[in-house]
Amino acid sequence: MVRVASDTLNSRVPDGPLQQKWDKHRFDLKLVNPANKRKFTVIVVGTGLAGGSAAASMAELGYNVKAFCFQDSPRRAHSIAAQGGINAAKNYQNDGDSVWRLFYDTLKGGDYRAREANVHRLAQVSTSIIDQCVSQGVPFAREYGGTLANRSFGGAQVSRTFYCRGQTGQQLLLGAYQAMMRQVGTGKVKLFARREMLELIVVDGLARGVVVRNLTTGQLETHTADAVVLCTGGYGNVYYLSTMAKGCNVTAAWRCARKGALFANPCYTQIHPTCIPVSGDYQSKLTLMSESLRNDGRVWVPLAKGDKRSPDQIPDAERDYYLERRYPSFGNLAPRDISSRAAKERCDAGNGVGDSGLAVFLDFRDAIKRDGEDVIRKKYGNLFHMYNKITAEDPYKQPMRIFPAVHYTMGGLWVDYNLMSNVPGLYVLGEANFSDHGANRLGASALMQGLSDGYFVLPYTIGDHLATSKLDKIRDDHPACMQAMQEAQNRINKLIAVQGKRSVDSFHRELGLLLWDKCGMARSRKGLTEAIDRIRGLRDEYWRDVRVLGSGTTLNQSLEKAGRVADFMEFAELLATDALHREESCGGHFREEYQTEEGEAARNDADFSYVGAWEYRGTEQEPVLHKEPLVFENVKPSTRSYK
Amino acid sequence: MSNHLLNLNLRVWRQSGPNDGGSFKTYQLSGVSTHMSFLEMLDVLNEQLIAQGEEPVAFDHDCREGICGMCSLMINGQAHGPDNATTTCQLHMRRFNDGDTVTIEPWRASAFPVLRDLVVDRSAFDRIIAAGGFVSVNTGNAPDGNSILVPGVRQEVAMDAAACIGCGACVAACKNASAMLFVSAKVSQLAVLPQGHPERNARVLNMVAQMDKEGFGSCTNTSECEAACPAEVSVSHIARLNREYLRASILAEN
Repeated sequence: MVRVASDTLNSRVPDGPLQQKWDKHRFDLKLVNPANKRKFTVIVVGTGLAGGSAAASMAELGYNVKAFCFQDSPRRAHSIAAQGGINAAKNYQNDGDSVWRLFYDTLKGGDYRAREANVHRLAQVSTSIIDQCVSQGVPFAREYGGTLANRSFGGAQVSRTFYCRGQTGQQLLLGAYQAMMRQVGTGKVKLFARREMLELIVVDGLARGVVVRNLTTGQLETHTADAVVLCTGGYGNVYYLSTMAKGCNVTAAWRCARKGALFANPCYTQIHPTCIPVSGDYQSKLTLMSESLRNDGRVWVPLAKGDKRSPDQIPDAERDYYLERRYPSFGNLAPRDISSRAAKERCDAGNGVGDSGLAVFLDFRDAIKRDGEDVIRKKYGNLFHMYNKITAEDPYKQPMRIFPAVHYTMGGLWVDYNLMSNVPGLYVLGEANFSDHGANRLGASALMQGLSDGYFVLPYTIGDHLATSKLDKIRDDHPACMQAMQEAQNRINKLIAVQGKRSVDSFHRELGLLLWDKCGMARSRKGLTEAIDRIRGLRDEYWRDVRVLGSGTTLNQSLEKAGRVADFMEFAELLATDALHREESCGGHFREEYQTEEGEAARNDADFSYVGAWEYRGTEQEPVLHKEPLVFENVKPSTRSYK
Repeated sequence: MSNHLLNLNLRVWRQSGPNDGGSFKTYQLSGVSTHMSFLEMLDVLNEQLIAQGEEPVAFDHDCREGICGMCSLMINGQAHGPDNATTTCQLHMRRFNDGDTVTIEPWRASAFPVLRDLVVDRSAFDRIIAAGGFVSVNTGNAPDGNSILVPGVRQEVAMDAAACIGCGACVAACKNASAMLFVSAKVSQLAVLPQGHPERNARVLNMVAQMDKEGFGSCTNTSECEAACPAEVSVSHIARLNREYLRASILAEN
């Protein structure tokens, strides 16, 4: 039985009509006057779209910023790998888009499990993001006349996605990075690269600093500030294989959870339909093929089970374009959760292709015939190149083989409308929070959210906290700092002291495979119960038998991984617990017990229309569930249909 | 493509820290699938080393899909290995033959000091960007996106330059360890776009000054950088940087 807290969470969504909430709230928020801003220091952990944009914008306002990233440069954050694009309700195409439509599409796309007011604000500020990025020199695709170009993306029937070839994330990140580096040049941002956050420092209930490990020297460092902004991305690597960068981890967020921050909706994980299939057990990561490809590529499998003919030998009449068949109005642009499940359904039925049978075709034959190879190359050249590098197959000549893979995590630390967690002074932005995507994120919305949070939300909301809180100066030798430092050191010592036989990676692979099997695209009560049991066993084994060579006082990549996997071992149990408790199917969370006759997700609004935010009570203790009821004043939740 | 298994002789640079001299160490690795990426091959080597009680080889990597720019490695003397337009993480073992000896080294440049094994410090690149690789526009200042028209052709040139992933292969491949291709990519992107024009002169002067200060060598137009660049950034951007530099030096009003 789940322990449920008696009080409900207060999201602090302002009153008033939806369209006016953000404007009204910005007026109501307390301001820090320009001369006083320089008296405050803010820590930003992570330098992706959310962190980079937040650090730059706050420094521009006059705050002192300390920015941290575990990579060797802030420009490497995994936002850089986003390929397809960024949504904005500009309606430049005159095709019926509006703030309201973007809001509606995003809320519906999230299967009515997101907070209405947050999503509306996201749609409102989306247009400013494009303006800001254009001004920074982000080279968005253009029409010949010089105006901005758009394309369409999954879950939408308008063209509202702005893009830079297949490298949109890279260009947006470099825009934010450059804005931040400009502030590094002025001295307003102090940059700490190759640092990993290991503890949150909480003083008198307020987040006041972090303990980080200098990954080059092994030294632990204490950094204090007036607020901490966590922009540390998602936890998809708990599955070991995912489209995330190898370094992506849950450690910073989980360390905050252990200090009292609630972790919301961890079971909402996004399995992206178009990734390059696994080729062997040495596989270290999976590579995404952008959803934008589905604008021109058609997804199909052979009608006959086990048909091993080369795809060009299979005539149209013997092909099953199953997305076009099942979802005629959205076709190949059906949302990710739906497309992934449809691929799984065909492969489970025995119609999958490739050696493993765990793949479907994404075919550009018709688009190349219609538009010519040059047009396709211009749109997707770098993606085709990437596919060819990995598989040694030529997608201009034969269809891509694709299969779903873990890609994004909608869950994250719980935040209120101000993006502040329940630990005052701890703000959480971008993929690391839970707030805007509900149970499924639409394509081209992650970049939008990261930049919205960093450029246009946090700079307003953080001032309210700084202006109204009592923030005495904290010294590095404050007992809370010393204790956090000691906890981090003890953990490192403990990991090295195990001196077992198995490598960190071998444990991580085993954990990942277990989660993928039991808590991946389809979940069941039986499977999840078993998974929780096995995670506990694996965690015990980890602390008995992991082998971390070398010392804590040098650059030691095994030790870095060991700390992250130790946290994944704890977090995985919470993820499965959340999935077990949510007895409905919604978005990326599909419970086999709860589906319609056609195999679509059966949502249960009567019992589960809430955010599930979990309170950590100790590794061997049951977590406590805090609920934030979801209130829909403007859009009536309906059965999500893309047929 | 069918799968083959390779036996390899790996000569790997081992260096315990910045102050250690470092040396090559040879390892035998068998059963390497041709479907593996180069970094997956190193993962397998490291698993073998850990099992034997030897500390694994440290190397930088993150996205493993060719875009973050974190992976590096001189492979048989070539930055990012033998393939064109390919990062080390995208290089696959099908490019090698059974029985090959593969020599793996870090980037070699005095501006990129070795931190450990194959890991180098590339923070000089960040400092060059901080010196001027941006457009000074505060958040909230921007006019409507379509009020700044950029002809499609010009936009393509900017995007070609902006594709730089900041990996440092250009420096490693250059006999002078020059960073001109990296610097020119950013100068060029912002010089061809109208948004970059107000700071055009100061940008090129400041970025080149910082580049020199970091200890990178001079450019002698051998184009090794272009050949090694995984993002296919063209040396034509170096030519544009030189024009921009000359122009800025003559005008020198800002």
